[in-house]
Amino acid sequence: MSDNYTSSDNYTGSDSYTDSDKNTNNQSSVESGLPLLSSLDMATFVSRGFLRMDEVVPDALNQAFLQSIDHREDSDGQSVQEHYQRVMDSSNVPVVNAGTPLFAAYAADSALANVLAVPAVAGAIASLVGPAPVFDHHFLHMTFPASFYSASNRPQASQHTHQDSTIDPRMAFDMQLMYFPTDVTLAMGGTRFVPGTHLRVVSEAAIARYQNIRGQQHMVCKAGTVLFLHNGIWHGGGLNRSDTIRYMFKIRMAPSSRQTRLWDDSDITAAHFQQGPIFWTGANARRDPIHDILTTAEPWFEADTGRLEYLNRIRLWRYLLGDKNFDADYWLTRVENEYV
Amino acid sequence: MKRQQVMVLYLGSSALDSPVIAWSHYDGTGKNHHMAGDSEEVPYHSGLDALLAGWRLIQASPLVSHVSGDEFRTDYLKYEFFFEKWLDCDE
Repeated sequence: MSDNYTSSDNYTGSDSYTDSDKNTNNQSSVESGLPLLSSLDMATFVSRGFLRMDEVVPDALNQAFLQSIDHREDSDGQSVQEHYQRVMDSSNVPVVNAGTPLFAAYAADSALANVLAVPAVAGAIASLVGPAPVFDHHFLHMTFPASFYSASNRPQASQHTHQDSTIDPRMAFDMQLMYFPTDVTLAMGGTRFVPGTHLRVVSEAAIARYQNIRGQQHMVCKAGTVLFLHNGIWHGGGLNRSDTIRYMFKIRMAPSSRQTRLWDDSDITAAHFQQGPIFWTGANARRDPIHDILTTAEPWFEADTGRLEYLNRIRLWRYLLGDKNFDADYWLTRVENEYV
Repeated sequence: MKRQQVMVLYLGSSALDSPVIAWSHYDGTGKNHHMAGDSEEVPYHSGLDALLAGWRLIQASPLVSHVSGDEFRTDYLKYEFFFEKWLDCDE
């Protein structure tokens, strides 16, 4: 997704990390030839909680998926509930037990198996949750035009802002893959999400009171776009003001082993582990770009807790690097410098 | 009869004149149905601007001590301010 920021001077690890520590499963990812994420991509995911790949799924596959869910253009006067029931009854989306290995969840050569096999998608999955992720659940989210609500006798509204599942204080994370098989216009109410909220420990719909947050994004995309989300990101479905059903197929998946350097980390250099000047930086200061990514504010950051988000990100980056000493701008070193 | 409009502003710090970072509206007059994701522009730049526009502050988040061992955890938006207006409405 992004260019490596160095082509030489590869750094294989800091003092607290060796190749032998590297998750052995990662070797199969590397050997498989999948296009793994770069360190810049991973740092962006750590900081913002999402990565987006536009039009990554070929259109023939999008059409195969729509056929598999028995997509129809008209509602035939159905309510939201009636339409959901029809799709559940007639689609080829399988019923899968939680805990199933992800790559056993879908029949070989089915539309969904082929979506997961798109090289860039498979590479991102391997980079984020490893080569052997575990299926949690999936769901075909549909956002309906107003006509379906007149049949339902209930008001049409966007979905409250929420964090999925429940309170989750882990450092490890699950990944939620959102696949958009059709074009999504602004009027269709694409998924709304707030970059950088994923490391906040909240309780699901407790954040429903927050209607609008500076920096929120609404998915507007072409068919075949995939969004990769940290399980903690705050999000909600939009209001569909078009005449067309808006689809989003979500798959939640979990790692089956520790998430250490699962991505292509060959762009990490020795400079990544060095500290530079802070504030008084001189005219020609050069910074490691990952340090910049980890310490870039979101528009909604509060003056004080925005700094805590930097600490959260650096802690997660340490976890993923397998390096307990990594720091950026001295944020963690400063508060860990204690003598007893 | 009168009906209440409620506006919730989330600010960048405990200062009422700090920038708005998030906002919500609930309209008891029934004239507007606000919902999640329905606007991109902050209604006011700061809480003080809302006061200048005639909103009445009715609640502000207290400053809470940090629990030992949990000082660095982030969760809910911290600086929440509730404002109200009372409007005359037809029956």
